[in-house]
Amino acid sequence: MYEFDWSSIPGALPFLWQGMTVTLELTATAVVVGIVWGTLLAMMRLSAMPLLAWFAAGYVNLFRSIPLLMVLLWFFLIVPRLLESLLGFPPGSDMRLTSAMVGFALFESAYYAEIIRAGIQSVPQGQVAAAYALGMSYGQAMRLVVLPQAFRNMVPLLLTQAIILFQDTSLVYVSALADFFGAAYKVGDRDGRLVELLLFAGAVYFVMCYAASLLVKRLSRKGTAA
Amino acid sequence: MSYAWHWEVFLQPAASGDATYLGWMGAGLAMTVALSLAAWLMALVCGTLAGVLRTVPNRLWSGLAAAYVEVFRNIPLLVQLFIWYFVLPELLPPAWGDAFKQLNPVTQQFAAAVVCLGFFTSARVCEHVRAGIESLPRGQRNASLALGLTLAQTYRHVMLPMAFRLIVPPLTSEFLNVFKNSAVASTIGLLELAAQSRQLVDYTAQPYESFIAVTVMYMALNVVVMSGMRWVERKAQVPGYIGAK
Repeated sequence: MYEFDWSSIPGALPFLWQGMTVTLELTATAVVVGIVWGTLLAMMRLSAMPLLAWFAAGYVNLFRSIPLLMVLLWFFLIVPRLLESLLGFPPGSDMRLTSAMVGFALFESAYYAEIIRAGIQSVPQGQVAAAYALGMSYGQAMRLVVLPQAFRNMVPLLLTQAIILFQDTSLVYVSALADFFGAAYKVGDRDGRLVELLLFAGAVYFVMCYAASLLVKRLSRKGTAA
Repeated sequence: MSYAWHWEVFLQPAASGDATYLGWMGAGLAMTVALSLAAWLMALVCGTLAGVLRTVPNRLWSGLAAAYVEVFRNIPLLVQLFIWYFVLPELLPPAWGDAFKQLNPVTQQFAAAVVCLGFFTSARVCEHVRAGIESLPRGQRNASLALGLTLAQTYRHVMLPMAFRLIVPPLTSEFLNVFKNSAVASTIGLLELAAQSRQLVDYTAQPYESFIAVTVMYMALNVVVMSGMRWVERKAQVPGYIGAK
């Protein structure tokens, strides 16, 4: 039978915590940029201007039809070279964290755009008509009437997507960037204790995501009660 | 930007000697498809079972099924894959673990990836099946029980056939997700489509062509699956429900 030896974890905690900050940083950037860019995309997709609508639809469908891993490989292997040759960055400068952030943000905004589009469409048409009738411009109607209501309905979905995103950040493993999972893997590999470290990482992710999903559930129940 | 495009590189014989680079990509595509279909089959079976258990009037079974879903939903796919591939063989009785490790490496990777993706997706399928069953009018279940059908017969002849027809659209997106998630298998060394893209970059030194070709293949796969499922959706529509024509 396998003999567990958890002794390499306590000493590695600072390193693992450093990894967790990278994970959280990635998640936070992708959520914030994803929601902002996703809102713009959703508004474009619903706009009456065909060019904007096509662009947004193409963007969303493109990113939703390819695996996240493939997007990350693009951003780790191809985009840095492109930037080097286009903008003259010194070759070999470490842009992994930045490109991971940009890759995640661009990828997730496609998913956020779909959630937000559904949220905007869930606001009754009469609200928009009333806003226009009161003399509001498109921007005012969106900012003051439609989006606040849409976002209130969407909060649980947006948070659930953030939890999924938090899990997905582990895929930066492909760039050898030390996020929480990458850090756990490195420690396990170094000490020959991969079994313990992988189980530990799984347990940490489980506790965090499960707790967060319970919170979201409570929040959405409160939301519907109000 | 001065970049020499060489699309014809795909037609050159690959380093392995027995195929062109296009052949490599084809092999990767075949691996992705085989992996995804096997995992999807497993996800449908396990997910349906778990979904039924979540709705049976028995606290223990529905609690177990709920725990099953939470475990597979709250751990990242990559971590699950590594646990199946690196951890489980160590924890099994040594004879089984050794037997697994003596398999052909590709078989090991493929088996771990199928099991991992299968369980991961089954948790999502389970939730859709449960939602489908719960969306049925309660009268259907009561009527079939009143007619003397057992609970198992009620599920098999009344509730599941109806529930499945209602949940085809969400299952379509899960099916698409299986193909996308299968790219994660490249991290344990399985040479599927995403892994081939990296290998092509290394061997052909034509990064843009390699990545564009593989990305287009994923998009094509997406279109094929989507149109197939559209057809299923049309066939499965229940007259009188929203979405039916």
